[in-house]
Amino acid sequence: MSSSPANGHPGDAPLLGLVLAGGRSTRMRTDKAALRYAGRSQLERAMELIAPHVERSFVSVRADQTEDPLRARFAQIRDLHANLGPIAGLLAAQARHPEAAWLVLACDLPLLDTATLANLVRCRAPQRAATAYRSSHDGLPEPLCAIWEPRSAARLAAYVARGRQCPRRFLLDADVLLLDEPNPEALDNVNTPEEYRTAMSALPPETTSDPKHITVQYYALLREQAGRRDEALVTTARTAAELYAELTQRYPFSLAPGVLRVAINAEFREWTAALADGDAVVFIPPVAGG
Amino acid sequence: MSAFQFTRTAIATEQLRVSLADPACGGYAAFEGWVRDSNEGQRVRALEYEAFEALGVREGERILAEARARFGVAHAACVHRIGALAVGELAVWVGVSAAHRDEAFRACRYIIDEVKHRLPIWKKEHYLNGDSGWVNCERCATAPTHTHPDEATAHRHIHDPA
Repeated sequence: MSSSPANGHPGDAPLLGLVLAGGRSTRMRTDKAALRYAGRSQLERAMELIAPHVERSFVSVRADQTEDPLRARFAQIRDLHANLGPIAGLLAAQARHPEAAWLVLACDLPLLDTATLANLVRCRAPQRAATAYRSSHDGLPEPLCAIWEPRSAARLAAYVARGRQCPRRFLLDADVLLLDEPNPEALDNVNTPEEYRTAMSALPPETTSDPKHITVQYYALLREQAGRRDEALVTTARTAAELYAELTQRYPFSLAPGVLRVAINAEFREWTAALADGDAVVFIPPVAGG
Repeated sequence: MSAFQFTRTAIATEQLRVSLADPACGGYAAFEGWVRDSNEGQRVRALEYEAFEALGVREGERILAEARARFGVAHAACVHRIGALAVGELAVWVGVSAAHRDEAFRACRYIIDEVKHRLPIWKKEHYLNGDSGWVNCERCATAPTHTHPDEATAHRHIHDPA
């Protein structure tokens, strides 16, 4: 379930996802894709985060990583060039699906949130070479949380043919829509063991099934079927999806979760979002404004 | 004044139009959505809108900010009615002012399209034959595999990554 619609407009190239996990993690001294946050590897977290925003997603790997168990679980795109850094992953993806635009994500952004991706997809400028965030640290384009349009491919290939390989420098000279980050920490990357410890402590702990006090508000058809506008309840549901499943036991809800969206504390969230004590949850039926 | 608002009373369009005036702007475009007397073959008598206002205002402001960023327009505003409305009443108003007409038209179109797809607001239609129903919800309920055109955008299908 998407936390925010991928607004494909007719004529735009289809949007595919690429999570870059072919780096050498030299400064971390251990595979960054395998680092665990809140109980899950960063690669799994990144693949889950990107999925609602794209039609299909792939993990970008080096030729010698295809059998790695962590990476073998996902559809892969193998680098065609060695020692070219992250740009090799993008080139291989553009070669595999030249018709597609690519939402490219680095695998070292543990604080990246769905709102940042949703905003990128919403503001996408398909007629430009790319849509990217302007770094809140140095004002430069962030190439590894960006949408690369098919029209960037020829110039990117020519750039590499000239012996260049820095995607950020490429974007500086390209026709790029630059956006401000909705959450300035979302694109903080993690390169060293110390940065890893800092990022881990910034993330919520692993979800538990301890009883939680949750308030639920009902709107429209769900309000009529529940026979109430809101309620406070104690639940062991760990996620919004589990809470909806619990509530369907109690009320004659006719809407499947697939047509609903979820808001927690008045922001759109994933169905898999962990519930915390005190959260206010709203299940959002298909909307009909205008 | 927030650029996106819900209101329970008639939308004061002239006041809104004036609020977008700017000497740097040579173009103004507005869209008005009115309550129609029929929908999908049913005669509509009246309707009611219900909104999740806390999220709706945030999402509405995000849509307006996107329109300003994407099309470079100077000012954009939107007001959506909630509560009971009669046929012919103004349900939603969008206004944009910009240096030139092209971006004003495009931003206006973008805003109303996104509002229809993304705003947490629901419409219950009351028909002349005495029936009533929540638009986009009743058919999902009876036929879970059916996808309304609006939902195809609002709930993007997720393909199996394998």
